[in-house]
Amino acid sequence: MLNQSLANTTFDMPHETDVAWCPGCGNFPILRTVKAALADAGVDRQTLTLVSGIGQAAKLPQYLKCNYFNGLHGRALPVATGIKAANPQLTVVVTSGDGDVYGEGGNHLIHTIRRNPDITVLVHDNMIYGLTKGQASPTSEEGLVTPTQPRGVYVDPINPLALAISLDAPFVARTSAGEPQHMQQIIAQAIAHKGFSLVDIFQPCVVFNKTNTYQWFKEHTYIFDESEHDPTDRTAAFTRATEDTRYGLGVFYRTDTRAVFEKEIGVYDTDDRPLYRRTPRTATVKALLAMKR
Amino acid sequence: MKQKTQKKKTSARKNSAHKEAVPRDISILLAGQAGQGIMTIENILTHVLKREGFAVFATREYMSRVRGGVNSTQIRIATVPVAAPVERVDVFVALEAQTFERYCTRLTADTIVMGDEQVVRACDCSAACAHALTIPFREIANEVGRSVYANTVAAGALLALLDISLDVARDVLRALFAAKGERVVTDNITALERGYKHGSHTAFMHDTYVGLARSVHADDTQVFLAGYEAVALGALAGGVDFCTSYPMSPSTGVLTYIAQHGKECGVVVEQATDEIGAANMSIGAAYAGARPLVTTSGGGFALMEEAISLAAMTETPLTIHIAQRPGPATGLPTRTAQEDLNLVLHAGHGEFARAIYAPGDVAEAFAVTQRAVDVADRYQMPTFILTDQYFMDSLAMAPEEAFAFAPVAKHIVETDHAYQRYALTKDGISPRGVPGYGEGLVCADSDEHDESGHITEDFAVRVAMADKRYARLKALKKEALMPTRSGARGAKARVALIVWGSNKAVAQEAVRVSGRDDITVLHFAQVYPLNPRIKTTLKKFATIAVMENNRRGQFADVLACEGLCTVDVRITKYNGAPFTVEEVVDRIARL
Repeated sequence: MLNQSLANTTFDMPHETDVAWCPGCGNFPILRTVKAALADAGVDRQTLTLVSGIGQAAKLPQYLKCNYFNGLHGRALPVATGIKAANPQLTVVVTSGDGDVYGEGGNHLIHTIRRNPDITVLVHDNMIYGLTKGQASPTSEEGLVTPTQPRGVYVDPINPLALAISLDAPFVARTSAGEPQHMQQIIAQAIAHKGFSLVDIFQPCVVFNKTNTYQWFKEHTYIFDESEHDPTDRTAAFTRATEDTRYGLGVFYRTDTRAVFEKEIGVYDTDDRPLYRRTPRTATVKALLAMKR
Repeated sequence: MKQKTQKKKTSARKNSAHKEAVPRDISILLAGQAGQGIMTIENILTHVLKREGFAVFATREYMSRVRGGVNSTQIRIATVPVAAPVERVDVFVALEAQTFERYCTRLTADTIVMGDEQVVRACDCSAACAHALTIPFREIANEVGRSVYANTVAAGALLALLDISLDVARDVLRALFAAKGERVVTDNITALERGYKHGSHTAFMHDTYVGLARSVHADDTQVFLAGYEAVALGALAGGVDFCTSYPMSPSTGVLTYIAQHGKECGVVVEQATDEIGAANMSIGAAYAGARPLVTTSGGGFALMEEAISLAAMTETPLTIHIAQRPGPATGLPTRTAQEDLNLVLHAGHGEFARAIYAPGDVAEAFAVTQRAVDVADRYQMPTFILTDQYFMDSLAMAPEEAFAFAPVAKHIVETDHAYQRYALTKDGISPRGVPGYGEGLVCADSDEHDESGHITEDFAVRVAMADKRYARLKALKKEALMPTRSGARGAKARVALIVWGSNKAVAQEAVRVSGRDDITVLHFAQVYPLNPRIKTTLKKFATIAVMENNRRGQFADVLACEGLCTVDVRITKYNGAPFTVEEVVDRIARL
């Protein structure tokens, strides 16, 4: 069982944890790989902060030894933005599902990419709603029959990678729970990249999605590397992101040109202390009041 | 009310007439289209008059549009501090003919009407316009250079009517237009002088002028500011270092002010792309140790409700300022109301503690905003400041010394390796750690959680945590602000006129001018939770009247619901306009 083989890292929980995922869930290899990638990248446990919304994927922070904020469905990104803006010294990683980030939180995804805080967003994309027992998600493929889509899904799925590239997201990649080594490399690169990093992680839901299984992902994905794809070429990235027969796994797009949100907001120009370390500028406020004489 | 403006029918020189029956209080109404620069006239006049030593108050009403329509500003000039609108109009300055239609009912034979000839000609309220002073604002402005100077010409003419010299006005204009270049400054000064000259001549020809005694109250120890500035300055003084909001009238002024001064005060300011994002961003920041303020209005606040619940569950400090306007839905976007008390009182699913403040004047807004952010921090929960359009857009004077800076404490601990974010304590409040400060880990969860912050479905833990979140209400009640008292005292006090938020000054002035010696005004700057000691205070009154700007009497319900008193009379107004002194005098006459 995958859940028995969680790697031994600084991020392991100190005791047995009652994990709420189903046996064989794609979340297990993601959890193991996230921990390994964080350990490999030398991320400090005290400054790592995981943020999630609601759903089975959003429970991932529960199973790591880390700071975390497990908020509302769809709202992980504004929370993560706020954390990063209040303390840029923290490493902020969002882990949530496709329904959370692409559905309920779709508006936040668009505008967080525009804002561009230096955070990493890992989307466990299993193309289904697991925790609410098997309804279609924004990435469900057309024709998928579910309890709430008895005639099959007839809405086009969202293409999160193409969306992110269109918004000039600084780092856009896809990997798969079935390819742990590939996933580890991609997550490490995403964390290292300055600015908003989106990693879409294909993940089977062994209970509710009988279509997009480990086998299906194996047959419908291929790994590409930089010898065959230039991730700095936005047009090529867009072309690859819109392929719909076999799905590429790798870094689709990367750019260093975007200004980072927490640098733009002005309060860290000459003082890199987080907000909680500072004292209010009472003299300045008194001067502002005096201007009202 | 008796007209106090003095009109001389003799041809005596202005200066010799000041001695007799000098009015104590003048009400000027400036009206025109959006975009005609009424606010500039208001700006010039209020600052000049304040620096000349008068007590000044200004309040605006405007339509939800960028150009056109009919907007107005009422300026009260007095020898004693005033901070409430009056129905009475002593001087009416019309920049546009349509304004008469809207304000005609408020003009009387005693009103001095001032305007361009073709504008005044449109007036069909004969009583008022019989003595109209026609001054070619536009023609003079065009002669100076551009028609946009018409407002400055009007300001000059008004100053002549009020017999105020131009020395201070020139300085104010220089400061106001410095950024626009020397040409704009000199043109405006010329327009002001031409308006003054013309106004002076016209007033003389009509033997009409307005004189006022100097005030002893107004000098450099007084500040003059808008409600939105008082809330914003209170937030900055209270150590707010994070402000994410989505623009919504009438709350936007607070966001604008903090954005303008954010960098110098070390505040992260971000215009969010929706209210849900604004609230959640602030919660994230507070989790990481920031002290946030979110500003919005009813509709925007409704979108934040789930986040309020999140702040409560994760025990994250969060202060939200809500400038109320009439609803439901979009309602009257630029008008005033006190309709969202119920919304704020019950916002968010689930049960948890909260505190709601409602300042009655600028100094109080400065004080309770500091208090709201401090209480949010100390109690690790959401707090709210309820104001309204009328309060946001009114400018009032107050002694600078009334603006007290309370010490700012962070209430944040350095964590150790055994740190638990939701450790159970006697008062329900756990030491607040933030990520990255200390050896411990800070785990916050919107699911029900155990002391370490991890998800649990253990019934006993659930009950302990629900009790924990509610326990702080006890201490909150104990430190809840008591209402401020004015008017009748002791045995004479038979009637309690209870008000909250922006109705403080209007109630106080109405009771004062009505001459009633049996009415006590009780103003609540905190509307929830209520201090249990209030019950003893209220027991002494034979009649309890609650006056508020909503239809049902929402605060009356709160008082009754909390078992503090039985409300005998509900005085309500909900047409979108604030109470005026005359209206309140009339409404309390029956008490």
